[in-house]
Amino acid sequence: MLQIGLSHYLTVAAALFTLGILGIFLNRKNVIIILMSIELMLLAVNINFVAFSAYLEDMTGQVFAMFVLTVAAAEAAIGLAILVVYFRNRGSIAVEDINLMKG
Amino acid sequence: MIVQALAFYVFAAIAIASGVMVIAQRNPVHSVLFLILTFFNAAALFLLMGAEFLAMILIVVYVGAVAVLFLFVVMMLDINFAELRQGFLQYLPIGALVGLILLVELLAVFGAWVVAPEAGPARLRPMPSPSDITNTHALGQILYTDYVYLFQASGLILLVAMIGAIVLTLRQRDGVRRQSISVQNARRRADAVEVVKVPTRGGV
Repeated sequence: MLQIGLSHYLTVAAALFTLGILGIFLNRKNVIIILMSIELMLLAVNINFVAFSAYLEDMTGQVFAMFVLTVAAAEAAIGLAILVVYFRNRGSIAVEDINLMKG
Repeated sequence: MIVQALAFYVFAAIAIASGVMVIAQRNPVHSVLFLILTFFNAAALFLLMGAEFLAMILIVVYVGAVAVLFLFVVMMLDINFAELRQGFLQYLPIGALVGLILLVELLAVFGAWVVAPEAGPARLRPMPSPSDITNTHALGQILYTDYVYLFQASGLILLVAMIGAIVLTLRQRDGVRRQSISVQNARRRADAVEVVKVPTRGGV
């Protein structure tokens, strides 16, 4: 219990990832919260990468976590830009209103 | 050892609790602030794992850039967030079910998981001892040599994201007075000034 090992960190990451999924399910109407939930899930993935990197004593995991961080930052910037443009055009950010393409 | 365990439990508990608050808050501004708290505690967990550079990057990039970006957008958009909350309880059962199943599956995978004995020698980039060089130094030594193409590619991704965000949000508005150097330079005296000979007591 007092010996903190790999499984402890993986449990935290699993909990955060589940919270991200749950956030997408619960806040289906609010795109901003959905984007935040995606950030939570990416954070959980990063914790997994770093935990395995520390456990296996292999630097590759940390390098990859950095790339995940980069892509997450780019994704947040583009997502929020799209959100701002969408709000400017439609005056709403509800997910149900995003149906112009009738997909 | 006990200090490390205590620190882990505190940081992990705060991270998960603030993660819950992120998705449960009524006000998105509070959600963003709890997201920042989650990132801080995750950075502390990274520190505990010995990934110092990533911990600092997490704070600088996520808290300093991404979370502030979220905060700006939330505050800029004039939205009735209470309306967007409707259906929260309606989706709670199915969401909780999916989340519970996922959590149980993940924990089952982690519980019944062992390292293959050949995993040790198969390491790609063995981590140097922290007493020799720092974590940042070690990361830089492989990032700029073995992973230099991926590094360039991630730089390209950021460039594309930056240009994309600018192109998306830039708009030409009517009624904005801008300076036009060419028009200013092309202006002659005759266009601007007119000398009028005013007759005495006549007025213009």
